[in-house]
Amino acid sequence: MHPLMNRFHDEERRRLMEFHGVQETIAPLVSRRVFLQSAGATGLAIGFGWLAPMDANAALPGVEGAAASPLAPNAFVRVGTDNLVTVICKHHEMGQGNTTGLASLVADELDADWSLVRTEYAPSDANLYKNLAFGMQGTGGSSAIANSFLQYRSAGATARAMLVAAAAEAWHVPAGEIRTSKSMLTHSSGRRATYGEMAVAASRQMPPDNPPMKSAAQFTFIGKDRSTPRVDSPSKCNGTATYTIDVKLPGLLAAVIAWPPSFGAKLVSFDATDAKNVKGVTDVVEVPEGVAVVATGTWAALQGRRALKVQWDESASHELDSEALLARYRAQAAQPGTPFTKPASTSATPAPVKTIEAVYEFPFLAHASMEPMNCVAWLHDGMLETWSGHQFPTFDHMLAAKAAGLPMDKVKLHTLVSGGSFGRRANVWSDFTVAAVNVAKAIGGRAPVRLQFSREDDTGAGQYRPMYVHAVKVGLDAQGRVATWQHTVVGQSILAGGPMAEMMIKDGIDPTSVEGVLNSIYDLPMLAGSLHSPALAVRPLWWRSVGNTHTAYVMETMIDELAAAAGRDPVTFRLSLLGKKPRAAAVLKLAADKAGWGKTRRSGVAQGIAVHESFDTFVAQVAEVSMRNGKVKVERVVCAVDCGVPVNPDVIRAQMEGCIGFALGALYYSEIEIKAGRAAQRNFDTYRALRIHEMPKVEVHIVPSTEKPSGVGEPGVPPLAPAVANAVAKLGGQRVRRLPFTRAGLVET
Amino acid sequence: MAITLNINGTRREFDGDPNTPLLWVIREDLGLTGTKYGCGIAQCGACTVHVDGQTLRSCSAPVSAVANRQVTTIEGLSSRAAKAVQKAWVDLDVVQCGYCQSGQIMSATALLEKKPKPSDTDIDHAMAGNICRCATYQRIRAAIHAASTQLAG
Repeated sequence: MHPLMNRFHDEERRRLMEFHGVQETIAPLVSRRVFLQSAGATGLAIGFGWLAPMDANAALPGVEGAAASPLAPNAFVRVGTDNLVTVICKHHEMGQGNTTGLASLVADELDADWSLVRTEYAPSDANLYKNLAFGMQGTGGSSAIANSFLQYRSAGATARAMLVAAAAEAWHVPAGEIRTSKSMLTHSSGRRATYGEMAVAASRQMPPDNPPMKSAAQFTFIGKDRSTPRVDSPSKCNGTATYTIDVKLPGLLAAVIAWPPSFGAKLVSFDATDAKNVKGVTDVVEVPEGVAVVATGTWAALQGRRALKVQWDESASHELDSEALLARYRAQAAQPGTPFTKPASTSATPAPVKTIEAVYEFPFLAHASMEPMNCVAWLHDGMLETWSGHQFPTFDHMLAAKAAGLPMDKVKLHTLVSGGSFGRRANVWSDFTVAAVNVAKAIGGRAPVRLQFSREDDTGAGQYRPMYVHAVKVGLDAQGRVATWQHTVVGQSILAGGPMAEMMIKDGIDPTSVEGVLNSIYDLPMLAGSLHSPALAVRPLWWRSVGNTHTAYVMETMIDELAAAAGRDPVTFRLSLLGKKPRAAAVLKLAADKAGWGKTRRSGVAQGIAVHESFDTFVAQVAEVSMRNGKVKVERVVCAVDCGVPVNPDVIRAQMEGCIGFALGALYYSEIEIKAGRAAQRNFDTYRALRIHEMPKVEVHIVPSTEKPSGVGEPGVPPLAPAVANAVAKLGGQRVRRLPFTRAGLVET
Repeated sequence: MAITLNINGTRREFDGDPNTPLLWVIREDLGLTGTKYGCGIAQCGACTVHVDGQTLRSCSAPVSAVANRQVTTIEGLSSRAAKAVQKAWVDLDVVQCGYCQSGQIMSATALLEKKPKPSDTDIDHAMAGNICRCATYQRIRAAIHAASTQLAG
């Protein structure tokens, strides 16, 4: 998901349904009655639809019934008579810590005792739980905390105000004299009550239009380091956390699909005789995706698939070859494409006396989350239920309904934590959800079925970060200042052909192909850009930090080259171009300062630096790199991040650490090659991930800020690769322009 | 003929295909789902269990190979070292997506049971078979050292 999707609101949602041929209006998935029954504990329930982020003081609609009954509908928080506070999380937890973050926003304004806070994942209901940045329910673009910051705080403040009002009434004292702390209400007279004791009375209070919200100085959790440890740590450390692969249902079957072996291959015929002879195999059925083998267990399904004989027509895919494609992209990069330009800065453009040219090449990348894609689908009693890491519930809901041939109100999604995503589960085609529904349909809804991708299925399935080539030509004036900047990008459009193309691709430019170049933080003379967006049979997808995965590498290594050409220090050269971006300049200086930039290193060790803005967050990193026998090792990374108000400093640190390790593994090793139409890398033996002995020491420094919070799940990725590459250039003079590093022999293969 | 298993101290019978990887028996026949499938080829370590105190990648070991041996999964961890590891993992908030962490904890526990005071190199050797795509490695290392300190105290 992309921040530019903020244009994607209700009208677009209707258009999206047309695109997918879904006619039904979006109805709340779970009827109010069912929801109330499942809500469990009685007590105070706060409900309102949604609250625009800049309009926190507006009236809160949708609290009907709350005053009359503790069993009122609720969206974000419940306070039970058992004294527990339950926060309903609208965002998908795939490791980035937003469950903890959302809960802490409510708990802070509510003055809750953190040990009494519980969390639940919201049902699919775009009206109640849309991402305020997108207009639909979904998680991505590092937007979870940013779009929820006022909404979830307001939910907590409303609950607190109702508890206080109830206590004031019961104790015959002014509300203003009542104190709240750690889920207790107290008064100087000695009266005290727990939130649980006051919950029923509070539910009879009118929710206030303007619940008082705290000033930053009053926060008890927000910005307080280690005040709200992760809510998901215990269950993830004792094996009880339930992922899709762990779902248990009566009679649950397991399915794998014999997928097309190459991109664009078509099923000709299959012979299921041997597959059906495998003990445990119950069904071998054709589905639109391929041939599904269904069994009483995953191993039997895999064995059945091995015994299955399938004939494919691969005539259309034979010629697809990533090396040939790269040659074609290089040739295209020399030709003009669709223009894009960054407006000229106010400074006069001097005449160039020297030019620097470079061509950069980036491979296809798979996401390779630890949990391979999967979804449980169960057709029963005229309805469909699914269980999965539904990162885009609104899309998954629409497309599951369409696949099942059911109206949306007969489809219920259960969103579970997922074993990573990195963009893979945020998928406008809902590929694995739809495939699971198709399998459930093909067995006539006889039993619930879990479609499981093997690791090989997962890695070979496409949905890759596209391959890109950049060709850059920069002119320098006599003083070494940038005079001209020509920039051509070649690579698939992630958005083209999808439901968001029409609203997001403007004048032929997919913003996800050029973000980081077009909106470069640097104050440059007019940037003359050109984009080619070739179409391929390999479906493209966003991969943690999207376009910034390649644009930051190009911009930040080129800026380093320009500094060297001008005989300037890379930090001071960058600062000279960051006059209009003080937050970028500040993180750059902070990282350099904390890393001891400019100090002499021992022989064979060098530091490289990079800074980038993505998803409204600024990150600078200094990579300290050693080289021995031509092989590099990243020893240490010093990271400075400005993400506005730092809601949970420890989660911010964790995300920076994780982004750095994730990006470093990709820089070293990651590449999907396509040969004769097939992905050549299918498992961790050939599609390598970073391992513990390769992890650098990471230090994270968070800029104190009162700016509105922005995301941290992705912005730590873009600066890492260029920072490392800039250090490598210092060590050996080699400017690495084709990734991964295995291509340059810089790491052991 | 049924295979007799000892899982977490409990005797269990399995009468399916003896070549079935231990992983799927644990997860789907015995219902112990804390042990995860990640790669199926002993490359990622998400499926790590202990067999007679040694780590084993259960995705690549036929169930017949562990007949009459003591198998421990994340659900059955009870040693002092294991409890120290789990506590350190929670104290330091090591986890992100968490999917690999059962395997990480099994490998770390086996290391500390053998070497209560591991060096960084010991940790590299013991843990290099466990991939974490969220790259929580820095905290994994810190948590192992913290657990080691706790065990010494």
